[in-house]
Amino acid sequence: MATTEEIRTSLADIVNEVAGIPADDVQLDKSFVDDLDVDSLSMVEVVVAAEEKFDVKIPDDEVKNLKTVGDAVAYIERQLA
Amino acid sequence: MTRTVVVTGLGLTSPLGGDVGSTWEALLAGRSGANRLEHEWAAQLPVRIAAEVAVEPSEVLERVKARRMDRSAQFAVIAAKQAWADAGLEDVEVDSERLGVACASGIGGVTTLLSSYDALRDKGPRRVSPFAIPMLMPNSAAANIGLVVGAQAGVHTPVSACASGSEGVALGVDMIRLDRADVVVVGGTEAAIHPLPLAAFANMMALSKRNDEPEAASRPWDTDRDGFVLGEGAGLLVLESEEHAKARGARVYAAVAGAGVTSDSHDIAQPDPEGRGGARAMAIAMRDARLQPADIKHINAHATSTPQGDVAEALMVHATLGAAASSVVVTSTKSMTGHLLGAAGALESIATVLALYNRVIPPTINLHKVDEAVDLDIATKPRDLPPGDLAALNNSFGFGGHNVALAFRTV
Repeated sequence: MATTEEIRTSLADIVNEVAGIPADDVQLDKSFVDDLDVDSLSMVEVVVAAEEKFDVKIPDDEVKNLKTVGDAVAYIERQLA
Repeated sequence: MTRTVVVTGLGLTSPLGGDVGSTWEALLAGRSGANRLEHEWAAQLPVRIAAEVAVEPSEVLERVKARRMDRSAQFAVIAAKQAWADAGLEDVEVDSERLGVACASGIGGVTTLLSSYDALRDKGPRRVSPFAIPMLMPNSAAANIGLVVGAQAGVHTPVSACASGSEGVALGVDMIRLDRADVVVVGGTEAAIHPLPLAAFANMMALSKRNDEPEAASRPWDTDRDGFVLGEGAGLLVLESEEHAKARGARVYAAVAGAGVTSDSHDIAQPDPEGRGGARAMAIAMRDARLQPADIKHINAHATSTPQGDVAEALMVHATLGAAASSVVVTSTKSMTGHLLGAAGALESIATVLALYNRVIPPTINLHKVDEAVDLDIATKPRDLPPGDLAALNNSFGFGGHNVALAFRTV
């Protein structure tokens, strides 16, 4: 079972790969759009990469609720639980 | 009064070098850019040679920007940035609403299209990139250049197979002459070295199968030629109205004095056997440029190294220039670069401009025994051009019966 920090780290690597954001900036309190400048198409890439990495499903309807990195990490944790 | 159009900036990424200087040096040295294809996928193909770019775009472009661009757009942006800097425009305020782009492509984002299909088939629809459409659309390279330079006077992508690059130049000339723009970034790009285009061109009997001697495979007008070598890369030029260039004290390489664009209406793939459409394009370009046959001292030929095309073009030169044909020095830089399809006319426009500017014509390599049907003065070593006013033509022809001739003159 992955810890919160492990999930955040893996997600940070994905955000770095897709959008070029330094992985250290991808912290739980950061908003994808407002703080990290991840646009909507990049967010689709992040979500699909996260689905593959964690072997979870993140439906399109759910993506709009994932405002912050913490929202996404919490959602993935719930799916893995 | 027709506005005069001049060339003020050049940019290239080619099989011979990652920029204009290295490419030009290799052209004058007579070096081949063709290579064996070392990719695993090449082993099964009948043709296992091509002319891949000398410098991979990943060495030049920022990673995240590059992954949202098809390889063809990556080439185009690299070459356009070079041309923009070469024109001295990096620190100049150019009116965006008077700035356009005409960047052609023969095939567009074909490798993105095919790899996206691989993802769809192997991993399902969810795995198709949300950037696939803006990457694979044929206008993607032009639009990306437009974003880089801030062009708001229209961004265009002429598509006419192997004549595309020259049609891009011709469109830019039109835009300036029609007073729709003062500055236009023009040219073409192509990135089609992938098993599907290679298999398809090979099945058309268009490609050389000289797999063991890639450097000797592109041999325009030689009796042993057996097809072209597929190349990749991009060439972009900055065109300006003469008054715009003068007002800012720009260095001017040459003038684009005229353009001739015609179509054969003969066959979808075969050229008119007598080359009538191509000859008309050359005649129209000369008339448009107010040049006489005796003014033309050099032709950068389309000559791709195919059995029929090279001979047809030689006939066109005689049909168009008459007695003056014997005093024209002809070359095919494709002997070194391979055939860059939709970027060919752009790369060759740059070679023609540099030949006039530096007054030296790059050679045609691998020409050991000239086809007896060809009666041209072909440079097999670099040939100097005399001082004084000179003009040159660049020919490009494409599947679909497209013919474009561009007339350049010294300034």
